[in-house]
Amino acid sequence: MVEDIRALTAQLAADPTSLVFLRLGEALRGRGQLEAAQKVALTGLSRYPHLPDAHDLYARILADRHDYANAFDEWDMVLRIAPNHVGANKGIGFLYYRAGDRENAIRHLQLALSADPGDDGLRTAIERLGGGGEVWDTPEAAPPEITEPLPQRSPPAPDPFFGFEGSVNRLLLASADGLRLGGGLASTAGEDVSEVAAALVSGAAREATRAAKLLDLGEWRHVTVECGELSFCLVQPTSDTGLIAAMDTALPVGQLHFLAERASKAATSWLERVR
Amino acid sequence: MIRDYKALLEPLTRLRGVRGAMVVAADDGVVVVDALMDGMKGKALAALAAALASRIVDLSTSASFGPARFIQLQAAEGSLLLVPASEQLLLVTVTGRDVPLGLTRLEMLKAAERMR
Repeated sequence: MVEDIRALTAQLAADPTSLVFLRLGEALRGRGQLEAAQKVALTGLSRYPHLPDAHDLYARILADRHDYANAFDEWDMVLRIAPNHVGANKGIGFLYYRAGDRENAIRHLQLALSADPGDDGLRTAIERLGGGGEVWDTPEAAPPEITEPLPQRSPPAPDPFFGFEGSVNRLLLASADGLRLGGGLASTAGEDVSEVAAALVSGAAREATRAAKLLDLGEWRHVTVECGELSFCLVQPTSDTGLIAAMDTALPVGQLHFLAERASKAATSWLERVR
Repeated sequence: MIRDYKALLEPLTRLRGVRGAMVVAADDGVVVVDALMDGMKGKALAALAAALASRIVDLSTSASFGPARFIQLQAAEGSLLLVPASEQLLLVTVTGRDVPLGLTRLEMLKAAERMR
């Protein structure tokens, strides 16, 4: 193992752009050198922010450090980029299990199994869990001592809608003061209308809030607009942002609502991360 | 084109869950004609509907999405539905929670067509 780490370190030093950081980070993690593993993972992530395996590595290190909330976020990020990622589904399944949510634990483990049907250990774990048994029943060890402050992950995810279809021309997140925060919008002619639309989103959202309140309609959920060529749905991921999801008018409106809802969740998560 | 707007509102107000319908001047939010359940404040509804429609039409026009044909503000306790019938007139319907939205939309589009 020591030889492996030396060799991998040398390879990475010779070519810092190499994906060998994944193997090095895993090797360090396997030896319990979590601090070093984390530095390697973060350096790799800063170079490859969209690489699912890099997020997966970082998530496993965080889980080893018992930082489960951030591990969940990292695995969630993996699934946004690669919905069938085995490691991420296993990881999230484990976290749901820890939280006592067997139903979601089984769901994610089954997703992992369907992507890797040859994993007998996973199959057994699902069977035991389904039968009410315990799976990860080893007593939890104390988290390892951290001698240095944890480095902050950087940079954050580059765009709230990364991995979404239409992330650059059909989804737009805007701030209350009319600035584009992420995504983009294009007209059917392909013209970029992101900035002009962002400037108008918050005004429309404010008007929706006012109307819903004064008409005693309760909290508003969305404003859906059927237009000649594209339809759009306006939602508020947070009270100080507005989001537009647009889609061809010929497509079912339910599909538009589904897209807006998913995009809104992604935007909320992204905002929590960057703020 | 039909000028008896009151008659146009009748099929809408007969639909289950519809609390009221009205025709509003799009530019200043003044009530042209209304058919509302008791207790609904027509003037406030007209002003709010026109203001929201104006914002949404600005947005859809600026983004070159084409003219807005049907606008639905969905809230926890009901919906505000708007159809720009012309540049001057806006057809407005307020509903409760359990309404046949598809049918209401169709009736509104039919009514708006007859107003043109």
